[in-house]
Amino acid sequence: MPVRRVGAPTTGEAAREALDRAALARAWATPPGWLGWLTSANHKSVALRYIVTAFGFFALGGVLAALMRLQLAHPESRLIGPDLYNQIFTMHGSTMMFLFAVPVMEAMGIYLVPLMIGTRNVAFPRMNNFGYWIYLAGGLMLWTSFVLNIGPDTGWFAYVPLSGPAYAPGKRVDIWAQLITFTEVAALVAAVEIVVTTLKMRCPGMSLNRMPLLVWAMLITAFMVIFAMPAIMAASTMLAMDRLVDTHFFNPAEGGDALLWQHLFWFFGHPEVYIIFIPATGFVSMIVSTFARRQIFGYPAMVLALIATGFLGFSLWVHHMFATGLPMLGESFFTAASMMIAIPSGLQVFCWLATLRGGRVVVRAPLLFALGFIALFVLGGLTGVMLAAVPFDLQAHDTYFVVAHFHYVLIGGALFPLLGAILFWLPKMCGRLPNERLGRWSFWVLFVGFNVTFFPMHLLGLGGMPRRVYTYATDAGFATGNAAASVGAVILTAGVLLFAANIAWTLRRGAPAGDNPWGGETLEWATSSPPPIYNFAYLPTVDGQAPLWSPHERPVVTGLRTDVREILITDAIDATPDHRQRLDGASIWPLLTAMAGTAGIVTALFTPWGVTIGALLLLVTLTGWFWPRAGHDHAEQAP
Amino acid sequence: MRACVVAIRRLAPIVVVACAACSGRMPALDPSGPQAARIATWWWIAFWVSVVVLALVLAFLLHTLARRRIAAAPASATHDPRVERRLVIGVSAAVGLSAVTLLVLLVSSIATGRALHDFGGADPLTVQVTGRQWWWDVEYWDPVPSQRVRTANEIHIPVGRPVLVKTRSSDVIHSFWVPGLHGKKDNIPGHGSSLVLQADRAGTFAGRCAEFCGVQHAHMQLLVIAEPPEVFEAWLQGQRTSAKAPTEGPARRGFEVFMSGPCALCHTVLGTPAGGRTGPDLTHLASRRTLAAGTVPNTPGHLAGWIIDPQGVKPGAQMPANSFDADDLSALLAFLGGLS
Repeated sequence: MPVRRVGAPTTGEAAREALDRAALARAWATPPGWLGWLTSANHKSVALRYIVTAFGFFALGGVLAALMRLQLAHPESRLIGPDLYNQIFTMHGSTMMFLFAVPVMEAMGIYLVPLMIGTRNVAFPRMNNFGYWIYLAGGLMLWTSFVLNIGPDTGWFAYVPLSGPAYAPGKRVDIWAQLITFTEVAALVAAVEIVVTTLKMRCPGMSLNRMPLLVWAMLITAFMVIFAMPAIMAASTMLAMDRLVDTHFFNPAEGGDALLWQHLFWFFGHPEVYIIFIPATGFVSMIVSTFARRQIFGYPAMVLALIATGFLGFSLWVHHMFATGLPMLGESFFTAASMMIAIPSGLQVFCWLATLRGGRVVVRAPLLFALGFIALFVLGGLTGVMLAAVPFDLQAHDTYFVVAHFHYVLIGGALFPLLGAILFWLPKMCGRLPNERLGRWSFWVLFVGFNVTFFPMHLLGLGGMPRRVYTYATDAGFATGNAAASVGAVILTAGVLLFAANIAWTLRRGAPAGDNPWGGETLEWATSSPPPIYNFAYLPTVDGQAPLWSPHERPVVTGLRTDVREILITDAIDATPDHRQRLDGASIWPLLTAMAGTAGIVTALFTPWGVTIGALLLLVTLTGWFWPRAGHDHAEQAP
Repeated sequence: MRACVVAIRRLAPIVVVACAACSGRMPALDPSGPQAARIATWWWIAFWVSVVVLALVLAFLLHTLARRRIAAAPASATHDPRVERRLVIGVSAAVGLSAVTLLVLLVSSIATGRALHDFGGADPLTVQVTGRQWWWDVEYWDPVPSQRVRTANEIHIPVGRPVLVKTRSSDVIHSFWVPGLHGKKDNIPGHGSSLVLQADRAGTFAGRCAEFCGVQHAHMQLLVIAEPPEVFEAWLQGQRTSAKAPTEGPARRGFEVFMSGPCALCHTVLGTPAGGRTGPDLTHLASRRTLAAGTVPNTPGHLAGWIIDPQGVKPGAQMPANSFDADDLSALLAFLGGLS
């Protein structure tokens, strides 16, 4: 039975707290050395590993982008041939979308959500580790194929029939389709973690209307992942079957339909954009409120805007397909839906502006990234409204105008907030403060480099330059814009390197951060930096949206066992305590299960029997995973 | 608010100059037909709305930062109710204004879309354009089969008459796009689609495939040549005539090379036994301006290079390399040069 104790521990209780901390550290510890690394069930170490891996893929995707800018820097370039160029842009898109953007956002959620809601871990710690290994295997598989010159070459959207068996022989597209399956599984695993953790493990007092906006953003994102991924899952499986066992889902000659792929792909693909963007809005909300020294303006409106974005995100996939030829009514519907989503997005921008207006702004590097986000996102959003209109989309679709637009919303709208968030939470993650001057320099270099790279692309698109071309004619009029964009890419690269230098500097030389270096309002700032493996000695409680700014003393939860991994399960709406629950600890089975799945899917590249082999291997590893152990009591305990 | 107005006043001339400088090279914004003009008109509305919105947001943001107060007091969870009231009014007004602006853009967009759909007229010229990897197969439709005309990568149209373009594909998805005249429309295997365009002035308009369609997507271009109606009719009549097998000279030798070599397997020359359907119809090859779907100009030198080493000109193209000795090649060029 959890007992509440009001107030900070008195002197007499300090010794007791030290004992509790020692017990907690023993109970939650991971095995030492490399075994601990392979088996970890700690949300923070898995999340950090996820984030570092995702940024590794970001660097690889960035190198590909630099190669494309090198090739396009001048007309008629023969540096990179069409076959390699097509692999490069396919790998760039697939890496950035599947291996960087979605995983890194979910990984930030896995790191931050348990801390922000005041609990000790995520709901399914072993599955969390499993998700990471699946993601890593999928990413390595894709990049190995690229290095072996059998990388996919039909675009990250892999339109059929170009990606079908008749026009894409060989294993290239098979590898792409299998990778999609893997990232789907990893993304779904992380989404389930976040949904269950958020809804059932919030500390007492954190009713839904007191949840930090970032947690809201992560919750809505996770639900979107759960609803969006099945569409691409079905589509990529159908494609793999068309290629592997001669089904005809997408073969028009046999009654299949090429447009079916586009519907399924974009029913996932458009929500995917919001899956990347919504967590970014969460970062911005936390950064803005911290440095404006006031709570975010219009919290209920912000939450409703996030929910509205989540729903509307599913109703505008067809705006990627305007050029396929739609009936008038369909055009009008999807134009209206696409424009309507600008209202919740606009509302959020206005609320951030109002927060800044009503607050006492302290400008620090993380805030610069958030402010840069506002400028770039508004521009990207406006070109998005233009593209929502069918007539203009017919001109701009598949041109560099679209390339400019989505880089403004993805880099401006998601990467800038993410970089701000990294700077913002880096002190929490490593216990050291980043270098402010380097942070500002990296922001300005990135901001300038970004605009020099991508703004000219609007003009190139309006001038008629299509996407996904490996070269262009000297007299086409694209030379100046492309040269500018390539110069911008150099500046952008310098900015990324400066940012990386700041991280390296912080890890080696950063000043000690203390618990709450920025004066943040949410619970992650209530524990030490970096947090102990059990997050909080005593689970906190909250009485408002900004617990750390509250003048009242915050009671803590006591009565949870410290000698086993025990957490408090609370009600989904009001977060009233419900029961105690034990969580699993470190295990090697998630890794073995991921390896079994990988073996199956790699075999399935070559023969349908891979599915059978994989299923049998999974049967063995899952049996090992779920084998009941003596003395390991999973039963719920009444509070 | 005054700061915003000032900012717009300062920004507007720069934007106008920049746009004026660019639009000359932007066929989509420098339309040559009614369809592209409708789209351009809508775009300019959206453009100015966007400039104003972006300027307002940035001006407000900069103004907020410029007048910020030093954080003397610690952060707090309580706020001044008067400030809150002003913020509520401000945000509500901004959201309301956004909604109205979006509604205006939506209605104008739907009206423009409807106008694009409804454009046509009773007697459009009908052209079926089939996307192939990586060239365009063009057929002028006529109720009488013998009057139909087949060509490739070049579409002649009469000025001032609507042209119904039926987009088709026989392999992967392509997208037909001539920005000076209209937006794009996909060529999707198994699906028929169409668009109606019209040129208001004579001229040559560059077009191309806009949907990624494989290795040589970059070199899948086409030309639309708008001519006065009488010139167009003469051209069409000329295209209806079959080629005549040359009877003497190098062209005769070239004819024999063409028929006995690999050429005839893939290409059609009407009036001769060559009836291949894999590659473009060559009946009037010499009258076309470019080779390999806009990759190189149609000159004897480029034609020779294209025949001998197509993979050097357009890597990945479906045309295989051919080896002819010098005499055969020049004879072949003489034959092809006569196909006007």
